[in-house]
Amino acid sequence: MSEPLWRTGRWSDEHVELFVGNLLRWGVIIAAAVTVVGGALFLSLHGGRIADYHVFHGQPDALKSVSNVVANALRFQPEAVIQLGLLLLIATPIARVALSLLAFVKQHDRTYIVVTAIVLGLLLYSLTGAGA
Amino acid sequence: MTGLVAIGSFAAGMLGALTGLGGGMIIVPMLTLVFGVDIRYAIGASLISVIATSSGAAAAYVREGYTNIRIGMFLEVATTLGALGGAYIAGLISTSAIAVIFSLVLAYSAYRSFQPREEHSIDGPPDKWATRLRMDGTYPTAEGMQPYTVHAVPTGFSLMFLAGILSGLLGIGSGAVKVLAMDQAMRLPFKVSTTTSNFMIGVTAAASAGVYLHRGYIDPVLAFPVMLGVLAGALTGARVLAGAKVRALRTIFTVVIVFLAVEMAYKGLRGGI
Repeated sequence: MSEPLWRTGRWSDEHVELFVGNLLRWGVIIAAAVTVVGGALFLSLHGGRIADYHVFHGQPDALKSVSNVVANALRFQPEAVIQLGLLLLIATPIARVALSLLAFVKQHDRTYIVVTAIVLGLLLYSLTGAGA
Repeated sequence: MTGLVAIGSFAAGMLGALTGLGGGMIIVPMLTLVFGVDIRYAIGASLISVIATSSGAAAAYVREGYTNIRIGMFLEVATTLGALGGAYIAGLISTSAIAVIFSLVLAYSAYRSFQPREEHSIDGPPDKWATRLRMDGTYPTAEGMQPYTVHAVPTGFSLMFLAGILSGLLGIGSGAVKVLAMDQAMRLPFKVSTTTSNFMIGVTAAASAGVYLHRGYIDPVLAFPVMLGVLAGALTGARVLAGAKVRALRTIFTVVIVFLAVEMAYKGLRGGI
């Protein structure tokens, strides 16, 4: 991994992009790893359970919000561990937007601070379920 | 079932990469038509796989220096708003209607993927919005850094809003509409539009994924083989694409896709989905 941005203090577009590349790669790897652990845990307990996805009944509350997923994943509830991996995956593009916001702040780029803050706000609004 | 879904998703991811349609366009019809999965679960799982593919590819693209983060971020305002809107619409209309809309978008995307992409001239006066928003940039070519200007920002922005709605409604990346906006309307160089579109696809899908999570549309046991399968398939597909003659392959795939679109429209209209 390259030198962290906050240590070098260089916030040029090139440095940010390089850091973003690493962030995305590790984000996907960690998310996939957590998902694999949860999946293995699930399969070892339930085997090839014939799931019924023909009829839609929605997910239980335990798997529907960020806080519930984290709480249940910490208890090694297999579905929640998988869901945590999926949440980490959803978080990677959001982290990328947050990092861009930080870069625009460092560059004193007012227009794009506003633009990026709007995008980040919409993403967090969706993830926290404020509108669900 | 988990093993079969993983294998099918691997094939879908590869097919999505080879045709340039993206995994989501293949995974939703596969899950609904082959595995009989309710389309809402299929869309939830597809959105997750779209994010995985986008972030996985972006990690490689980002180093090459083609992505225009300003253009991407500005257009993200349109796609994220659209995606939230699309996710809400998905909760209001019938699953049959979603299936029919999906088949139309699938047919259109397949048609677009067969049109030759023409590189536009990059001279001419830029859009006043592009200048105000400092969107014009440079990208690396064999002859060194090449400057480019950006056109028709309002048209591009409107098309991106549409792309966002489709993404949130159907669980796809809407790559075809995004490329249409950036190639045809804004006249960006291919390499810039392809990589910037990929960046935007992940952010757009993340915007609707939150809504789908809270609605209970994201089933972890279904989504995990789909996500891992599509990701592995897309990465393999990108490797194959780098070395193979794809013309003949694409013809065969297009037949498959047209069949999927017709089947999906038929089942949707009959109320079978």
